[in-house]
Amino acid sequence: MTAQEIYDTLKKKFPDTVLEFNSEALQPFIKLDAEKQFYELCQFLRDDEAMDFDFLRCLSGVDYGEPLGAVYHLFSMKHRHEIVLKIEVAREGGKIPSVADLWRTADWHEREIFDLYGITFTNHPNLKRILLPDDWEGHPLRKDYVTPEYYNGIPILHPDTKGKTNE
Amino acid sequence: MSKSNLPPTQFELEISDDLKTEEMTLSMGPQHPSTHGVLQVILKTDGEIIKSAEPVIGYLHRCFEKHAENVTYHQVIPYTDRLDYIASMNNNLGYAIGLERMMNLEVNERAEYLRVIVAELNRIASHLIALGTYGLDIGAFTPFLYVFRDRELILDLFEELCGARLLYNYIWVGGVAYDAPQGWIDKVKEFTDYFEPKIKEYNDILTFNKIFIERTANVGVIPPEVGINYGVSGPSLRGSGVNFDLRKDAPYSIYDRFDFDVCIGKGEMGTVGDTWDRYWVRVAEMFESVKIIRQACDAIPEGDAKETVPRNIKVPPGDYYMATETPRGELGYYIISDGGKNPNRVKVRSPAYSNLSVLPAIAPGVMIADLVAIIGSLDIVLGEIDR
Amino acid sequence: MDATVAFFYDLIPALSNLPDWLSYTIIGAVLTVGAFLFIAVFALIGIWLERKISGHMQDRLGPMEVGGWHGWAQTIADTVKLLVKEDIIPEKADKFLFKFAPFIMFTASMAAFAALPWSARFIPANLNVGLLYILSVSSLVVIGILMGGWASNNKWSLYGAMRSAAQMISYEIPVALSLIVALLLTGSMDMQEIVRGQAGGIFNWNIFGYFPLLFIAFIIYFIASLAEVNRTPFDLPEAESELVAGFMTEYSGMRWAFFMLAEYANMFVVSAISTTVFLGGWQPIAPFLDFIPGPFWFLGKALFLVLIQMWLRWTLPRLRVDQLMYTTWKVLTPFSFALILLVSFIKVL
Repeated sequence: MTAQEIYDTLKKKFPDTVLEFNSEALQPFIKLDAEKQFYELCQFLRDDEAMDFDFLRCLSGVDYGEPLGAVYHLFSMKHRHEIVLKIEVAREGGKIPSVADLWRTADWHEREIFDLYGITFTNHPNLKRILLPDDWEGHPLRKDYVTPEYYNGIPILHPDTKGKTNE
Repeated sequence: MSKSNLPPTQFELEISDDLKTEEMTLSMGPQHPSTHGVLQVILKTDGEIIKSAEPVIGYLHRCFEKHAENVTYHQVIPYTDRLDYIASMNNNLGYAIGLERMMNLEVNERAEYLRVIVAELNRIASHLIALGTYGLDIGAFTPFLYVFRDRELILDLFEELCGARLLYNYIWVGGVAYDAPQGWIDKVKEFTDYFEPKIKEYNDILTFNKIFIERTANVGVIPPEVGINYGVSGPSLRGSGVNFDLRKDAPYSIYDRFDFDVCIGKGEMGTVGDTWDRYWVRVAEMFESVKIIRQACDAIPEGDAKETVPRNIKVPPGDYYMATETPRGELGYYIISDGGKNPNRVKVRSPAYSNLSVLPAIAPGVMIADLVAIIGSLDIVLGEIDR
Repeated sequence: MDATVAFFYDLIPALSNLPDWLSYTIIGAVLTVGAFLFIAVFALIGIWLERKISGHMQDRLGPMEVGGWHGWAQTIADTVKLLVKEDIIPEKADKFLFKFAPFIMFTASMAAFAALPWSARFIPANLNVGLLYILSVSSLVVIGILMGGWASNNKWSLYGAMRSAAQMISYEIPVALSLIVALLLTGSMDMQEIVRGQAGGIFNWNIFGYFPLLFIAFIIYFIASLAEVNRTPFDLPEAESELVAGFMTEYSGMRWAFFMLAEYANMFVVSAISTTVFLGGWQPIAPFLDFIPGPFWFLGKALFLVLIQMWLRWTLPRLRVDQLMYTTWKVLTPFSFALILLVSFIKVL
């Protein structure tokens, strides 16, 4: 299926969830609303015979400036077609339904996004930091992240430069 | 859908009820000889049998993605070297091609051929390490030194090409950093002639050793649907019999011009998808890589490999997900550009990250020695998992 | 000890003029020191050899620097290093057992040297149940390992200790059974008797008795003895890639060196037993080679078996615990029983 066909099917089935379709981009993507039936849509994508997206290639967190976002790259081993899903959530208290039990890949990737962007994934089986220590403060990949000077009394930035480079 | 509909993640343990046993929690790593780096696995064991295994990662986190947002497009390339430090060329390649597609940049023919040659050489080097360390995990020390002997020759070739032995920074956007020195292509050909018979040597000492087969066959079986669900890719997924190789399925660079086969596990020694199959796929892939290198060496045109390297990289706003086949599997770069000097976001979908995440699903019910075999067969590189 | 004492009286006639208790003590002390020195020198040479052999098997040279010629002094330098190393004992370890374990293991393997027949006249202790004695003292080794593993208070060490306990106790059965096959032929447990029974060249050695029955017994003994001394492919108690270093994980310096010494001493002991029982002990390969003294043949044959052990170590991968148990209980033990039955049957005929 082409991206256009996938979009048409989804739009018919989940008119509230599907917000926008961009076919101009290098890789056409569908924008979705995380709050309305997002999980059900993913489940449809995975289980429907014609869709059969069984492989979640990549799940990335993005900081769009104001909102945060998550991007899902899906692939079907059987039909060899792919689609990109994009979600935007509020900067503070943003929530996305977890798809970790649909695609296990999402388990660690959602934890990573939670770790680095602070987006909460509801219904995730084990949502805790993965790359950073459990008691780390802040979410480093947000654009407005300020590196703390100390972590448990250990200086993070070089004491002389305090993180500034000589420019 | 309820979680019970998921592919099985836990195999039943055969322990009778009247045997009262106590669980022991065991921390395997971060300093352990066979976790292939600073990986920690928290094991719950019943005697030698593992009840659950939970990988703890992040000990080697080096903030690649944060760094990438603060340096220019070109300066990201040396950082990509350090993701999967065993197959740096392949890491360079994915990033460079991703940017070229975003910029709609044509790459010089000679540079394309050079890229394929170095990528495949590096694939061999990486698979050699996978083989050697796998032997080490199973307890055979000698094959490890045999493969390092031959890997050394590949590193020598790379050193002659770009001056570096491990972290190359060789494949640049639009081409490669240096053209091949005179006679280098002949040396590569010589190497392939030397190397092909050597694979038989490894097979004799390790692959078809009875004890090795006993240890690896029927161990750590990843059923194909479980593998796909967990995002396993590369030789680890092909070992389960799934024909998925991005060089064939989504050809990048000039891979569509070469004649090679995708190797998949057939369960020759046990079940499809066991550790022996994953190991065997790597051995077989080395033959295919040699095939590709030979064809590329014969067809490489004359020309200036640096012709199309742009002075300034101007990437139009937009995003692109570029996936390439590295020795470990699907390495994806999700690059977002806002039109500026620096990338807005470079997300790395690292193959070993997803490959390792399948461990909790296949570990329960095996023995500690098998867990070592399973971790080894997934061929993880912690530099790439923790980024 | 009569034969030994007579041997020493012949060697140094002055000894016979001393009172019995004094001469016996002197002879005993000399033998003990001799055995210790032999083990130490053997371990030094053995480890050096192992490094060189593994090196050349692996397309490299092994140690080349220390001492000049092919790094012959490397192990001596290492021993000096180990001697001056800090003796680290984990805080939570059971200190007494922890300190004691290496010595138990070493003593057990050294005690076996008492009953090895070096030549027609020289055997430190000529017991009429020599073989039984060696089998019993060398099984004490497992207690040292178990103690060390338990006392370290480390889970990996405990795993190593438990594995070795299971492994060594299981493998003692095929070891003993395969030796019994040979004993049926010789009809004696006296080490010297066993060797004397094999006089007259290579084809009179026990290994070719009732060909190929005793040959199979020899193979069974060899495999089982590899497991007895924790060598590859049965090196599960140490299993570097699984258990870090097994029961030795927490040991360092001289205590670790004692484990190492014991391991090499054990390698020699099991090879010496198979030499004595299957390969004609100090008997020359052919009768006309009689003029070469017995210790040469004895040492030569034992070292040959040690070399095979090393060769296997650098060739084979390691078995898994269940496969290890399978090998002993379902393969080696039934086969040795069958051999015993067959040999006794033939003998009765």
